Amino acid sequence: MLSIDRSIVDAIVAHARRDHPDEACGVVAGPAGSDTPTRHIPMDNAARSMTFYEFDSMEQLRVWREMDDRDEEPVVIYHSHTATEAYPSRTDISFAGEPGAHYLLVSTRDSDTEEIRSFRIVDGVVTEEPVRILDAGVDPHAVQSYMFGQSPATVDYECSGR
Amino acid sequence: MAIEVRIPTILRSYTGGAKVVEGTGDTLGDLLADLDSRHAGLKARLVTEAGALHRFVNVYVNDEDVRFLGALDAKLNDGDSVTILPAVAGGAFGFAAAAAIAQHGAATAARSAVAAR
Repeated sequence: MLSIDRSIVDAIVAHARRDHPDEACGVVAGPAGSDTPTRHIPMDNAARSMTFYEFDSMEQLRVWREMDDRDEEPVVIYHSHTATEAYPSRTDISFAGEPGAHYLLVSTRDSDTEEIRSFRIVDGVVTEEPVRILDAGVDPHAVQSYMFGQSPATVDYECSGR
Repeated sequence: MAIEVRIPTILRSYTGGAKVVEGTGDTLGDLLADLDSRHAGLKARLVTEAGALHRFVNVYVNDEDVRFLGALDAKLNDGDSVTILPAVAGGAFGFAAAAAIAQHGAATAARSAVAAR
């Protein structure tokens, strides 16, 4: 099961909606071994595509080193599907290289519905798992909060406080 | 002195769980051959049967992506640090994505060829 704070889920959904119709992607880091996602890191989709996403290799190196320095690991790796359901595609499965991570998929095909699912992908085998959304437990200053389901004129989606 | 190689979680089954191993070689290809002599099977996870760097991994020498340094022909020096990370990619449509991968592969190969000149 993936347990994740509401504010992080909101931030991920906001990121996916902002980049729609392109796919959005990112990571939520957490202390190594804790299985607790605490630090949301939106990543660039280097492919800038509606059907494909790819971390920029240099950004990834920087972020992975930073996690290493902070004794963190990628607890959640997320991306959005913009026209189809939140289920791993064959491409997702062939690329999945972090056996310890929760692969979170967000579908933005319906602008009114929040569609989030989480999967483990190990050796090409996909297992869906429940998502438990927590409403507290993360420092409110660590991740900004978002107004989901509205159309705010100015909201900082970049977690610039990080 | 040797070359330090950082191994991602998914490949640590080949290194007995070690996060960092050491090896030697004048090029990345030589280094991987050297590592494979002690960590059998590691190279096959990084290099395709056709002898190219696998699309599912990113390999860096110090702070550079080796795709821009000539890939397996990238030159190494004692004291260099090599980092291996699983590439993070995917997407909704298998076929469109496969085409994107093929294109990307061709483009990187072309860039590598230019860089190697």
